[in-house]
Amino acid sequence: MRCRVLYFARLRERFGLAEEALELDGVPSVADLIAQLQARGGVWLEELAQAKRFRVAVNQELVQVDALIPDSAEIALFPPVTGG
Amino acid sequence: MKVAIQTETFDVGIEMAAISHNRTDIGAIASFVGLARDMNSGSEVSAMTLEHYPAMTGKALAAIVDQAMQRWPLLDVSVIHRVGRLLPGDPIVLVIVAASHRAEAFAACEFLMDYLKTQAPFWKKEATPDGERWVDARESDNTAAERWVRD
Repeated sequence: MRCRVLYFARLRERFGLAEEALELDGVPSVADLIAQLQARGGVWLEELAQAKRFRVAVNQELVQVDALIPDSAEIALFPPVTGG
Repeated sequence: MKVAIQTETFDVGIEMAAISHNRTDIGAIASFVGLARDMNSGSEVSAMTLEHYPAMTGKALAAIVDQAMQRWPLLDVSVIHRVGRLLPGDPIVLVIVAASHRAEAFAACEFLMDYLKTQAPFWKKEATPDGERWVDARESDNTAAERWVRD
């Protein structure tokens, strides 16, 4: 299945990428997607190695890493938020 | 309920007047204004840029306001959050809560800010004499939000 992955703030700058389309196998969870991105090594592994350093939203809602990804989902990866 | 994300500034007086316009059941209005500071983590800050996730921000703020309205008997809530480039002294965020009595107005105002700080997708980047830097999330903000879960 296909999904759209968006990156914000520090992650967007470090990855040099604001968004991409990805193909995922089976019924993937957020953890499966993270593992696939970590496998790219370099900054990907560095930024995504520690769960405390990033947050994930699926279809614009914050989720935990065990959440499943529905088909055609919009997934966003970003640093812990700092508004207000 | 009003939720707005905007680059322009806001007028607290106008927003306060709007929330009580044409109604006489409100007995208490509590408000919070967050401002951009000229110092953070030991460095001078000359400007700040706020980035957000447009498709999610409005939804996330509306969900936070809904939670507050379920928790306390509130009469109305306004939340305005600015994005883009801000200078020290500029207002960043406004929360106004209207209720019959002060206790729920004060409590809900704090709750809204604590949740906004930990759940709404905004990120601050500061300009300092050593260059630009992303602001790190603070553990104390998580602790502040968690106290509402324990209560």
